[in-house]
Amino acid sequence: MTTAQTTELSPKNLSDANERNKRRQGFLMAFPAYAYLLIFFAFPLGIVVVYSFATRNRFGGTDLSDWNFDSYIRLNDEVLRNILFRSFTLALLTTVICLLVAYPFSYFLATRTPTIRNVLLVFVMIPFWSNFLVRNYAWRVLLGSDGPVSRLTELLGLGETRILFTPTAIVLGLVYGFLPFMILPLYASLERLDWSVLEAARDLGATGFQTLRKVTIPLSMPGVIAGSILVFIPSFGAFVTPEILGGGREVLLGSFIVSQFLEARNWPVGAATSTVLMAVMLASALLYFRKGGRTL
Amino acid sequence: MKLKKYTRLIAASMAIALVAAACGSSSDTATDGGDGGGGDAIQTASASSCEAGQIDGDLAIFNWTEYMDPELIVAFEEEFGVSVTEDNYDSNEAMQPIINAGGSGFDFIVPSDYMVGIMIDAGNLQPLNRDAIPNLQNLAPEFASGLPYDPDAEFSAPYQWGTTGLGVDLTVTGPDVPQTWGLIFDPELAAEFNLEGQFSTLLNDPRETLGAALKFLGYSLNTTSEAELQEAEELIASTLDRVAAFESDQYDELLVTGEAAVTHGYSGNFLFQFLDAENPEDFTYFVPEEGGTRWIDNMAIPFDAPNPCTAHTFINFLLDAERGAQLTNWNLYASPNEAATPFIDQEVLDDPIVYPTDTSLLEEIEDTGDFEINFSDAFTSARG
Repeated sequence: MTTAQTTELSPKNLSDANERNKRRQGFLMAFPAYAYLLIFFAFPLGIVVVYSFATRNRFGGTDLSDWNFDSYIRLNDEVLRNILFRSFTLALLTTVICLLVAYPFSYFLATRTPTIRNVLLVFVMIPFWSNFLVRNYAWRVLLGSDGPVSRLTELLGLGETRILFTPTAIVLGLVYGFLPFMILPLYASLERLDWSVLEAARDLGATGFQTLRKVTIPLSMPGVIAGSILVFIPSFGAFVTPEILGGGREVLLGSFIVSQFLEARNWPVGAATSTVLMAVMLASALLYFRKGGRTL
Repeated sequence: MKLKKYTRLIAASMAIALVAAACGSSSDTATDGGDGGGGDAIQTASASSCEAGQIDGDLAIFNWTEYMDPELIVAFEEEFGVSVTEDNYDSNEAMQPIINAGGSGFDFIVPSDYMVGIMIDAGNLQPLNRDAIPNLQNLAPEFASGLPYDPDAEFSAPYQWGTTGLGVDLTVTGPDVPQTWGLIFDPELAAEFNLEGQFSTLLNDPRETLGAALKFLGYSLNTTSEAELQEAEELIASTLDRVAAFESDQYDELLVTGEAAVTHGYSGNFLFQFLDAENPEDFTYFVPEEGGTRWIDNMAIPFDAPNPCTAHTFINFLLDAERGAQLTNWNLYASPNEAATPFIDQEVLDDPIVYPTDTSLLEEIEDTGDFEINFSDAFTSARG
């Protein structure tokens, strides 16, 4: 738009200018956030992608002058497909368990008086006050053959149980670690629920179960979707919990990526794996959001 | 090396930080044609023209955790009137990219054997000026030169050394336990010594664990034969039902807490843990008779150290007979410093965990170049 045109004071141009002003203001206000995302998200992400096309040199460094798809080709290995499948299954299982545990709890939370609600919410957050790594090591003690779980089964005459270093321990640790990420969005959407709609459903003769299935759950879908994504994505790439509670017996994606960076010193393959992982997660998140988009 | 229990999480976050650091050095990559090693181009650094005892500034140390006696640092500060800062790393792989990126500001680093080789090739180290380190003569002949990763002792001087072997809970196996990798790899022997079920742990490290399997099979742990590696991979796969965990941080705790009865790990860590245990006599550590890993950590100076002369003086300071002994008495790792022997506590010298009686069994891990990928792939495949 040229200056000659903007000097014409037609109402349309005025509103256009207003619009532009607003947009500029909005941009200025959002600038720190944009800059943050650019510097700490887009830029590092770009580096990961760039490295994934480079080549490992024989010292374990990365040769940035030799570009190819070798790292991606290597990913199509049976070993890696197994790792992907195993990680996916564990993440899915974690998400489902979190959902089953968190839903009733969030519902309970949302129906309490504000005081009790706040106290319970604080309890949900308290674990975050201590380091995630330390909490995982604590689970080691709990699940070990000398730990309280094992002691209890021994007392009941079931003999020593060892959960530590099994896939069960991994799922348990993941559910424990990510449960709050499911509870909080679920609680947020259940708390906003219009209870009169539920009452209407009951008045119209719906049973409690029908109300839950036809009214409560559909209305809380945004929370279910947000919570599932928040739990699934970190579980899929989880590293600390599988390593500490699984004892590294089953290689999952997170451990694979770390081993590529630190043990094989093969940054391109590590970067390629991360890139594929991000692409898969982005795609599934987009799909999920689009499907649930109308209710979000 | 491998001093205390710092999980790979820290290493992982370092790696992430490094990706960011690498971007900062993208201008270098344009000139030397590659990051992390600079291709085959060796950055040329000549030995600094330092004199013995010369100080050209404060000292910045980059070392493994709990590896340097703080009193030695205080003594150095007082003697030479400089201030010393120490930063720590928990794996060679986390340290090397930081030095490689340039501008790290460190004057003194402690890379392990194979990493010295990698760093020399990558041009990360500057040659030592031997005139500035007269105490190099204190080193035992086997450490003074001829080490595979730095044959002419041009870039590094040994700091401390130790071994990788097995820690055993004698209350499970009985007191007369054969010193063999077979306790882990041989199903019949494992059964004989009550090691069935998931009672062993192996290091979560491809070179160490495949190395143990290769040694059991009678091969070199630096093999580059795909057939031998394949055999080692299958051997590890076949032990999975007896292995509780692949664990590099807590193998010593798992042993003394009874979670595992035979664990694969590093000499010094076991020693620390046994000294803390209620019944130290219930535990033992040995390098199996088939042989094991000996690792040697080395003092070296990064190619772009801001104060190389202070670093030379510090190396000389640590290679002093009494200081070398003080270091070993403090961190309980073996000293390459022969002149230090008379000052090392007798109980430390007599401890076969610190000083194995037969060092002919030991082999150092060497960098195998591109074959490292085969090691890490085999280790991943072995675990399914």
